Amino acid sequence: MPLDPSFIGRTYPPSEPYEVGREKIREFADAIGDLNPAYRDPEAAKALGYPDVIAPPTFPIALTLKASERIITDPSLGLDYSRVVHGEQRFVYSRPVRAGDRLVVELHIDNIRSAAGNDIMSIRAEVSTEDGEHVVTAYSTLVARGTAEREG
Amino acid sequence: MATTLNYDDVEVGIELPAQVFPVRRDTLVRYAGASGDFNPIHWNERVAKSVGLPDVIAHGMLTMAEAARVVTDWIGDPGAIVEYGVRFTKPVVVPDDDRGAEIVVAGKVAEKLEGRRVRIDLTATSQGEKVLARSQMIVQLA
Repeated sequence: MPLDPSFIGRTYPPSEPYEVGREKIREFADAIGDLNPAYRDPEAAKALGYPDVIAPPTFPIALTLKASERIITDPSLGLDYSRVVHGEQRFVYSRPVRAGDRLVVELHIDNIRSAAGNDIMSIRAEVSTEDGEHVVTAYSTLVARGTAEREG
Repeated sequence: MATTLNYDDVEVGIELPAQVFPVRRDTLVRYAGASGDFNPIHWNERVAKSVGLPDVIAHGMLTMAEAARVVTDWIGDPGAIVEYGVRFTKPVVVPDDDRGAEIVVAGKVAEKLEGRRVRIDLTATSQGEKVLARSQMIVQLA
């Protein structure tokens, strides 16, 4: 079933704050096999000029994906998540995510379109501290394979 | 923040040390837990095949994370990344054996930009197939 195009332009208000912990950053760094000390050792992070350990550049996906569940699982949108593959991803950083951050995610559905039988949805996640400091914007394109109606 | 790598010392065409990243089924389980992406196509062969995939595939975000390491290992400070984007062109198929798959990543300084920044272009392949396209990172140098 194709996605409902009336969702284009929708904005979802900021999520509850997500508190970034040192151990969560370490777990993520372990999962990608990255031993960079800036992710593990507060002293190493301080030597680079940060107040605490920082997160790997793709870590924000853990927050934005969680926030996007509100969209992904919305039955009125009609997305079959088992058919979803990731098409594109881009991050624009104001600064790295770091331990102790309390982050909120505001979501925007920038586009929904069909191509070659796939539904393609572009979501923009604005990640900022609860005090309003911008940290990163995450642009995600999700492709639901074979869910759109083929033309002709 | 910026790395200690100096803009004036970096030339277009410099190649970053390439790296090979192994990806096995347990890598995917670990990444699913750390990232919170439990889509069954990343751990359940039955579901993956039922939606037309050849087998379980790696999370695109895992490939993106590994590709970034070629840059962060080179510059030292991961916080110097200003922008990072990729397009996922082919899935990384991960067979249920002890070897799994490999992601091979290479990078090159493609352009020197205003404000002492550089653009680095990355390539990532698995089993000879290009798995990332338009993989670009902008980095702030000293």
